[in-house]
Amino acid sequence: MNLRSGGGEGRLPAAFMTTGSSSFTEFIGVHSPELLPSRRPLPLSGTFDLPHGTTIVALTYGGGIVMAGDRRATMGNLIANRDMEKVFAADQYSAVGIAGTAGLAIEIVKLFQVELEHYEKIEGTLLSLEGKANRLATMIRSNLAMAMQGLSVVPMFAGFDLPSMTGRIFSYDVSGGCYEEHDHHSVGSGSLFARGAMKKLWHPGMDSPAAIRVAVEALYDAADDDSATGGPDLSRRIWPTLAVVDAEGLRFLDDDSLAAVVEQIVADRRGNPGGAR
Amino acid sequence: MTMPFYVSPEQLMKDRADYARKGIARGRSVVVLGYDRGIAFVAENPSRALHKVSEIYDRIAFAAAGKYNEFENLRVAGVRYADLRGYSYDRSDVTARGLANAYAQTLGTVFTQESKPYEVEIVVAEVGQSAEQDQIYRLTYDGSVADEQGFIAMGGAGEQITTGLQERWTPGMSLGNALGLAVDLLRQDPAGGPERTLAPTQLEVAVLDRARPRRTFRRLVGPLLDALLSSADSTMDLPADDDPAPGRHDTLTGKSKPPQRPKPDRS
Repeated sequence: MNLRSGGGEGRLPAAFMTTGSSSFTEFIGVHSPELLPSRRPLPLSGTFDLPHGTTIVALTYGGGIVMAGDRRATMGNLIANRDMEKVFAADQYSAVGIAGTAGLAIEIVKLFQVELEHYEKIEGTLLSLEGKANRLATMIRSNLAMAMQGLSVVPMFAGFDLPSMTGRIFSYDVSGGCYEEHDHHSVGSGSLFARGAMKKLWHPGMDSPAAIRVAVEALYDAADDDSATGGPDLSRRIWPTLAVVDAEGLRFLDDDSLAAVVEQIVADRRGNPGGAR
Repeated sequence: MTMPFYVSPEQLMKDRADYARKGIARGRSVVVLGYDRGIAFVAENPSRALHKVSEIYDRIAFAAAGKYNEFENLRVAGVRYADLRGYSYDRSDVTARGLANAYAQTLGTVFTQESKPYEVEIVVAEVGQSAEQDQIYRLTYDGSVADEQGFIAMGGAGEQITTGLQERWTPGMSLGNALGLAVDLLRQDPAGGPERTLAPTQLEVAVLDRARPRRTFRRLVGPLLDALLSSADSTMDLPADDDPAPGRHDTLTGKSKPPQRPKPDRS
């Protein structure tokens, strides 16, 4: 971090004292652009085997939203990581889940978290849910050059909208397009199977235990057919990451509650692997 | 051609210092004081939107007296400094000492090099794991830094309040007692007139609460502040949990109304 550029000796540089912007991304774009994930020089060609994160599901229920992700990161045909976290708290009222190049995705999430907290502190007020969704879109858009070289990041954003008191879900494409999704959505390599599962399992006005079960079951179905999505790992006791966002804010479900949900699903699927009902 | 009058450097600096001091003395006072579970900030400030006390980072807060546009500029710079540091290193690497140094250099440069010094006095406080580890730094218009123990008063009646604090502040006071003492001293008229009345709505009160995880800064308003300031009420400390009502997490009102459950769209 360079604090000595410009101005008097040791004085905070001009970028710190500029008025007007409450965006952290804009500030580091001026002051230390090398910290932005999108401002990195790219090699002209060549492909890498980098860890990839896989399936994220999100769904709305009567009181808000549930977002869950499996824990596996893959590198080609190998498992790069068994207990990676892919669902993060963006702030008190929203969660972001990531699929795609893991290193870059985690960096974007980290920047996004600081961006929201920075806005909150400077402006003294919370950003609206759509404002947050649009900020994330801007970050993904500036990553387009990297996405075209294979380093793509596809997030999913969901949160509790305070004015309407409902949960809302937003999906993205690599060019930064931001689309509001209704009821439920999934991204990542196992998303086709998870979406199929949620279509059959989701009901309007579910309560949170039912929504949590649907999210975990959709991940189970994704792992069943997609080798890059991690299924329930009972021997290592690795469970999906699951965040619930409602009027009281965001909370991650603890391991014991998750273990109960996963074990119930595994028991129910014994002799009925497709979960027919 | 006219020749400019010669002004000795001593005179120049003295004039600038007098100018800044006069500006600060016109402002209302701010008191920062330690209590058993954290650091409390009490400012006489009827505005709910233009703050004199603000959050900088997880365990660091900022308080200022003087000219609003100038200290607001410093506050924003401080939030940028802290967030940049936390983003490029780690949240635990953001310290009040580093920020106080950056502020000191900035204020010092402005004082000597720019046409007009900043008419501000600021406090950067960091709540530690124990009261002994609390840090409170006072920075003045010329960039001098003082590491204060326990309490600071600044603004118009600063000196008078400091005398009061020296006599009456003790380490390990409860929050209720600390706020009561601060308001008592703010009430005094610096000109020696009769005591004024200060309603809770005329005060801006915030704390850095040692016990909270991550972001420790909380503003105190509404029934909770009334209860803490009232001598008839036995409330002496903050509730351990944040307000259940939806909204900003950094404001504690003491209202315990559960949030209204939204109705499902379709059922």
